[in-house]
Amino acid sequence: MELSGAEILVQFLKDEGVECVFGYPGGSVLHIYDELYKQEDIKHILVRHEQAAAHAADGYARTSGKAGVVLVTSGPGVTNAVTGIATAYMDSIPMVAITGQVPTAVIGSDAFQEVDTVGITRPCSKHNFLVKDVRELAVTLKKAFHLATTGRPGPVVVDIPKDVTDPNVKVPYSYPETVSMRSYNPKVRGNARQIRRAVELILSARRPVIYSGGGVILGRAASSLTELTRLLNIPITSTLMGLGGYPATDRQFLGMLGMHGTYEANMAMHECDVLIAVGARFDDRVTGKIEQFCPHAKIVHIDIDPASISKTVKVDVPIVGDVDSVLTEMLQFLRGTESSMNQAELQQWWELIDTWRATDCLAYDRDSELIKPQFVVEKLWEITGGGAFVSTDVGQHQMWAAQFYRFDNPSRFVTSGGLGTMGFGLPAAMGIQLANPESDVVCITGEGSIQMCIQELSTCFQYMLPLKIVNLNNRYLGMVRQWQEFFYGSRYSHSYMDALPDFVKLAESYGHVGVRIENPADVEDALRDAFALKERLVFLDFITDQTENVYPMIAAGKAHHEMEMSPKSVLI
Amino acid sequence: MRHIISLLIENEAGALSRVAGLFSARGYNIESLSVAPTEDASLSRMTLVTRGSEEIVEQITKQLNKLVDVVKLLDLTEGAHIEREMMLIKVQASDSSGRDEVKRLADIFRGNIIDVSNTSYVVELTGDSCKLDAFIRALGDTPILETVRCGSMGIPRGEKSLHV
Repeated sequence: MELSGAEILVQFLKDEGVECVFGYPGGSVLHIYDELYKQEDIKHILVRHEQAAAHAADGYARTSGKAGVVLVTSGPGVTNAVTGIATAYMDSIPMVAITGQVPTAVIGSDAFQEVDTVGITRPCSKHNFLVKDVRELAVTLKKAFHLATTGRPGPVVVDIPKDVTDPNVKVPYSYPETVSMRSYNPKVRGNARQIRRAVELILSARRPVIYSGGGVILGRAASSLTELTRLLNIPITSTLMGLGGYPATDRQFLGMLGMHGTYEANMAMHECDVLIAVGARFDDRVTGKIEQFCPHAKIVHIDIDPASISKTVKVDVPIVGDVDSVLTEMLQFLRGTESSMNQAELQQWWELIDTWRATDCLAYDRDSELIKPQFVVEKLWEITGGGAFVSTDVGQHQMWAAQFYRFDNPSRFVTSGGLGTMGFGLPAAMGIQLANPESDVVCITGEGSIQMCIQELSTCFQYMLPLKIVNLNNRYLGMVRQWQEFFYGSRYSHSYMDALPDFVKLAESYGHVGVRIENPADVEDALRDAFALKERLVFLDFITDQTENVYPMIAAGKAHHEMEMSPKSVLI
Repeated sequence: MRHIISLLIENEAGALSRVAGLFSARGYNIESLSVAPTEDASLSRMTLVTRGSEEIVEQITKQLNKLVDVVKLLDLTEGAHIEREMMLIKVQASDSSGRDEVKRLADIFRGNIIDVSNTSYVVELTGDSCKLDAFIRALGDTPILETVRCGSMGIPRGEKSLHV
């Protein structure tokens, strides 16, 4: 079969099983768009800004289990998409970004809409390619999908000069079923001796805790993790990225750990004697002051990326491998062994944890006449039965979403954890809805973040994506305001959102339903009404308490046991 | 501590900048770097000299291994190895006593004079960094017109070797 580069690209995407591409046309991808026009198998979603294309593909990838695909033009198309690519890179999300480039003959001449895409994306992608010969296009695309979806996943950029997609240049095409790269062989199975050592260490523990991360979600290891945790009857905490990896409503779950983690989770970290880190990377928002991180603990660390091991915290039993495979082998060891943990000691550990739980560290003022943001998220959780897909932007609302929406299932919480990208929530929610057309999809956001990609309301209308946007509108860049209150003498430098739009009218002008809620008594009905509108996007503008802060909080440079508690918590 | 890291890397456009970019992005020291294709044209051999604590060097080797283009890596400092650097140095040699002195020094350091003009010599010298530094010191007052040094290259001693 002889095909042009543009035909090869489209045919390859079909052969690879790609159903959905997020993109924006432009000069150097016109040949490709002409081929997309001629077919119906691949759905192209036209965003309103390339950043949103990458975030939407990201949301799609996180909730479909497939790589997200982005298609943008050269120059500004690429630079706009970079924020989304970097976001996916920090959170290890499988993505293939196909970028147009000026023709090979003029590369390097500062041509119109030329930018060094490979140079710009090198530090924020897992790998990237510049395809200079149409005969290499198919195999390069196959490599890109292979790299994006295996090992520690991540975004891969394929830069394609316009002449490589020339409709008049035809070359033979056959779908490359497999691809092998001598320099890339990610390890899957963990070392059996290390696994045995880990199990022996865990069985000798008196105060163990599991610290699980995004690797559990990406590695589809939630069920083996849950099985292991229940078998051992030990406490488990999770990072922001790992939420849903273990049921949040279960007794053994301590809540999220870290800067805005629960008192019980952080205290358990501080007092544990064996820490089992599963698919987590000891991020600074999790560890707090590194010198005082888990001061009494021996540490087991399971991760697919060798470079994650002992990067910031020295570990005692490292296991490099696929999280699910390693946990499954650990379960086999455990079932085959005679020895078990000292149950009396474990009982004492649980009693200590229960005293920490009694602080009620997430308490907030339930009698307030103002809408408390925590209350909105709590009601949202109740009304959706905990089953919705939730995306967030970045800031206070993101932390309240993590604390108060209790995720029982993996891949339901979609947030920019590593890069912390404001503007992520709405486009990510579009990708989620496209991957899960029958599900409830909610974007929890704030009036600051939502304005960073607000133009996507137009995309939502075009494709009739019935998202529910929960805007926790406190008229402040809340997290910035909180830090300024705590650490900068309440000097609110540029954290105030003056001149806000009327979000109700804005939503309506984009063709959606907009509702403003100002009274706590109206919160529940507003949410119920919104979810009753199955076919429509509803923008819920909750006017919330301007002064509410996220608690508990570990200030920068402090350790896990040095938390600032909410005034509403029970002091012990 | 100083470490000499040898890499086999795909001989492709951009491979060098991936390595250089990694060092700048993560704030690692890079003392010298030398790279050229091997007998297998699809592979380049790179020798990197860096400094850092054991933890940092461990991270450097892991991050380098993580680069998709890196095929194999060896920290030469972990075993017996040979290190060589090459220098071409042009010195003023106009009167006969100066010319004799430079010739004598070059002989002592087992260097070769590879270019001669009425007023200058070019000396070629190989050895580890210390030896080349010592030659420069030994030149004393002899004016140096130009110095070119390549980065260190290294190879393990004996049976051990870095190959695909």
